[in-house]
Amino acid sequence: MTPILDAQGLCKKFGAVTAAWGISIAVEPDTVVGLIGTNGAGKTTFVNMVTGYLKPDTGIISFKGRDVTALHPRQITQLGICRSFQIPQLYDSLTVLENVIVALGIVLRNSKPWRLRTPKIVPGHGTTLTAAAETMLARFGLVQYRNSLAGVLPEGVRKLLDIAVALAVKPEMLILDEPTSGVSSDEKFGIMDTVMNAVRSEGVTVLFVEHDMEIVSRYSKRVIAFYEGRVLADGAPAHVLGDADVRKYVVGGQVAVRPEAEDIASA
Amino acid sequence: MKRADHTLLVLVVALLALLVIGLLLPKWLFLLTLSLGKGLVVLGLMLLLRTGLVSFGQGFFYCLGAYAVGSLGQFFGIRDVLLLLLTGVVIGTAAAFLLGLLMAKYRDIFFAMLSLAFSMILYGLLVRTAALGSTDGFNVAPPTLFRRPIGGEQHQFALFALACVLAFVAALVMHAYFETPLGRLSPAIRDNEIRVEYMGASVRHAIHVKYVIAGALAGLGGALTAITVGHIDPDLAYWTTSGEFIFVAILSGTGSVIAPFLGAFVFEIIRTYAYQYSPNTWQLVVGSALLIVIVFLPAGLWSVFGHLRRRGSS
Repeated sequence: MTPILDAQGLCKKFGAVTAAWGISIAVEPDTVVGLIGTNGAGKTTFVNMVTGYLKPDTGIISFKGRDVTALHPRQITQLGICRSFQIPQLYDSLTVLENVIVALGIVLRNSKPWRLRTPKIVPGHGTTLTAAAETMLARFGLVQYRNSLAGVLPEGVRKLLDIAVALAVKPEMLILDEPTSGVSSDEKFGIMDTVMNAVRSEGVTVLFVEHDMEIVSRYSKRVIAFYEGRVLADGAPAHVLGDADVRKYVVGGQVAVRPEAEDIASA
Repeated sequence: MKRADHTLLVLVVALLALLVIGLLLPKWLFLLTLSLGKGLVVLGLMLLLRTGLVSFGQGFFYCLGAYAVGSLGQFFGIRDVLLLLLTGVVIGTAAAFLLGLLMAKYRDIFFAMLSLAFSMILYGLLVRTAALGSTDGFNVAPPTLFRRPIGGEQHQFALFALACVLAFVAALVMHAYFETPLGRLSPAIRDNEIRVEYMGASVRHAIHVKYVIAGALAGLGGALTAITVGHIDPDLAYWTTSGEFIFVAILSGTGSVIAPFLGAFVFEIIRTYAYQYSPNTWQLVVGSALLIVIVFLPAGLWSVFGHLRRRGSS
């Protein structure tokens, strides 16, 4: 199958630090890929290059056969890659519903930017703005928070809203940066179940960065392990997580790193 | 549940009430018309404030609008009030479009200072332009509407009524704009620009559009003020004028499109009476008034109505 995302030979240096050292990854459509690795392994750098936040020093990224390497995050989003953030990026002074409505409004406007009167029906959602927003909230179990301000929500709910907002833009590829970090361990599976149910029903390709190996092995169809800016292993979850090098450098490393130190380092 | 939107109703009632007040109290017509002109400028400023941008230079567009009106009468003999007001809007729009190309790149204090700089440049130019009366400015030829005089002592009400209609339409359009996808981007940009870009919208484009709208309203407000007062001078672009607009915006609050007009009127009343009763310390009175509002009504005068409504419903 032709890959939806094809990254070839991505290199990125920050001064003396090499964050990516020839990363080549091709992702087929309609799959779920888990990205693992210790801090500084290059996961987030890879994600940031794909979403246009960072430009690779060398290498080419193509999405649906189109070169997106030099494009701006906004243009990449318009082409169909949307992301959530490790630290949720929300409109804190707006309500949960309004957060989603803003996202849908952008979809609406981008569909017919030259028209003064924007159409009523949101493309991809098939309903009006408010109705589509309500549907999104229902799918993410956020209805009870509908009128709460996003700034005062618990972290788990903020994570969900951040992903809901990204999915509202109707991407073909969704990139989740540590969807369960900063959330208590008993909440993690609930969040992932909710997200995966919402996302998989639409056939969206998912890339997610994750530190919790239980989550990774349960939800991904394919796992890519990063180590020191390189791809260490790539394949089925059982295969990658069982790999000797991965156990030594990635999975083993997880035990050594305390969660607090980890959050500070990656924030 | 969502609170029902009564803005249209409130606007219609306010329009009718204003017209009745104008008929009953002809002495207040001048002050009311002036407040409507300034309210238009503050309405545009409110849009920028909602987007998280403080423009310290709306006096630039205000002054351009006023001088456009004055110059048309002075040099071309054009006195039709509708044409004059339209020119104010066009000049404000065009100037804001050009400046906006640069301004949309800046935020926070840089945005504020840059806007201030432009207005002070205009002030400096006008002060040195003898053809436009230098520091004294010049008188605006009495305007006409359909070849009949409007404004001045005798025809004050007609001008006031026109100003009411303009303010009504501007407030209504702005209110509708807040509900459009582009309008909703205002608080979103204020809260989190990164998210807006990662949703596929251009923050710079959105800010540019809002800047142009604010410039158009300031141009219209300046044109209306020039026609009402009958005289223009470079002080219209001076920083204190722009500061006054921010003052009124804080006084009014950004809660409703009616607030700027209410705020502008309250400001004019406070200033007029303060000036009348304590000519040497009037600034002290005006400043104290703002202080009281900031301390007791941080969301502006308009929030009084919110408090009253909540008290009424509980």
